[in-house]
Amino acid sequence: MSYVYAGYGITFIVLVLYALRVLARGRALRRALPPDER
Amino acid sequence: MTAPRWLTRALGLGALAFAAAAAIDGLWVMGPTAEQGDYSRLLVVHPPVATLAYVGFGITAIASILYLWPRTRRREWDLLAGASAEVGVVFCGLTLITGSIWGRPVWGVWWTWDARLTAEALLFALFLGYLALRRVPASDHVRARRCAIAALIACLDIPIDHYATSWWQTLHQGSSIDLLQPDKHLDTAHNVGLGLGFIALGLAFAWLVVHRYRVEQLEARYEHEALSIALEARHAEGRVEVPA
Amino acid sequence: MWRDAALVAGKDLRIEARSRVATNQVAPFAMLVLVLFAFALDPDRGVLKQAAGGLYWVAVLFSSLLAVQRSAAIESGDRDQLRMSGLDPAGVFLGKAGAVAAQLAALEVLLGVGIVVLYNAHIASVGLVVAACVLATVGLAAAGTLYSSLAAGLKVRDTLLPLLLLPVAAPVLLAATEAWQAALGGHPGDGTQWLEILGAFAVVYVAFGVVGYGALMEEA
Repeated sequence: MSYVYAGYGITFIVLVLYALRVLARGRALRRALPPDER
Repeated sequence: MTAPRWLTRALGLGALAFAAAAAIDGLWVMGPTAEQGDYSRLLVVHPPVATLAYVGFGITAIASILYLWPRTRRREWDLLAGASAEVGVVFCGLTLITGSIWGRPVWGVWWTWDARLTAEALLFALFLGYLALRRVPASDHVRARRCAIAALIACLDIPIDHYATSWWQTLHQGSSIDLLQPDKHLDTAHNVGLGLGFIALGLAFAWLVVHRYRVEQLEARYEHEALSIALEARHAEGRVEVPA
Repeated sequence: MWRDAALVAGKDLRIEARSRVATNQVAPFAMLVLVLFAFALDPDRGVLKQAAGGLYWVAVLFSSLLAVQRSAAIESGDRDQLRMSGLDPAGVFLGKAGAVAAQLAALEVLLGVGIVVLYNAHIASVGLVVAACVLATVGLAAAGTLYSSLAAGLKVRDTLLPLLLLPVAAPVLLAATEAWQAALGGHPGDGTQWLEILGAFAVVYVAFGVVGYGALMEEA
């Protein structure tokens, strides 16, 4: 069962970490750009 | 031109909700199967990520064609191609990892030159190359066109890979235990789990592509405005130093 | 288109004849790879003989990287000239790929002699071997020319090209090795399905090149 937990866990963690990375990059770029309509 | 905020929020929340449901079904409700005991629970995770990796690269391929075709050429297709490819690579990597984790207890090894895994590994390599190419600086149109062509070259390879690796496998391995058993042994809980997994990961995929696309848009603007931003900063410095 | 192809191929091969890069650098490199494999694997010649087909094609693949990079490097500085010369892009593609294929073919003959001599390999079915080589070479030259053109002029070209080309070429390596193993092992009948794959690869990438090379040649 540990393999199963590992499989579920790694999938979840990797996707969450990637999501956070994408969001962080978006925030950094938005800050660096002049304030804008979006 | 991007998805409205309420939609992306819905996607995100939906993904989390279905993920919880899928996990409950996969880890609790589902029982072990005859062939693989508990490991068939990985059905909830592995086939969906594998399918979504292909979806990701499929979107990249179609967006690339749309960009290359003069009548439909728009910068947006290039941005979509890049975003979808990166998300696709993440899912492809997960496919390899979950495939390996599944294979270890069932086959006894972390890796085997199974047709599917091998083809998946090649897919991963192909699109890592594409992502590397995207980072090479050039003018907008030149880079977009170059990447679009590279994406198509890679995609043409995919069916050939599958053909070749599956013949290779039958030659060298005969039939090993297929991770995905024929469905006659899958009961309702398994099928529900598979469905929930697809929905949860599918929603997550969509959410990720939308947000990654937005980042591509911002990067594109940043590249254009970076020079004027820097100049602004220098001017601001100059102004402060002048005595009142 | 064919006339332009012949023109470009002729030019590339003439440059090669004058500079002798393939003969002085790529060929020795290819032979060196064969020798290094012998060092890396069990000196007991049994292993080398068994793996001869695969080792041969790995050596060919590495050599094709060099050949293809050289083909693109010839144009550096001249890319505008090539574009403005009015030559049919499809012809340019066929010409460049053709020149690369010719050089690879010569290398393959050399390497073939090499594995017979160094690895004690025995070629039972020459027909299968030749067919596999022809099809694989056409495919490798086509895909290689496409990618090298894509990466041409980039500062990271030399590190990027292998990362781009090798995964695409992987099925060629697989199929060609299987075909050769069948030929070396004396059961050529098994080889035909692999020839189909090699053929499909060659057709796909030559077609793509003919259709798409024009887009690549647009302003660099």
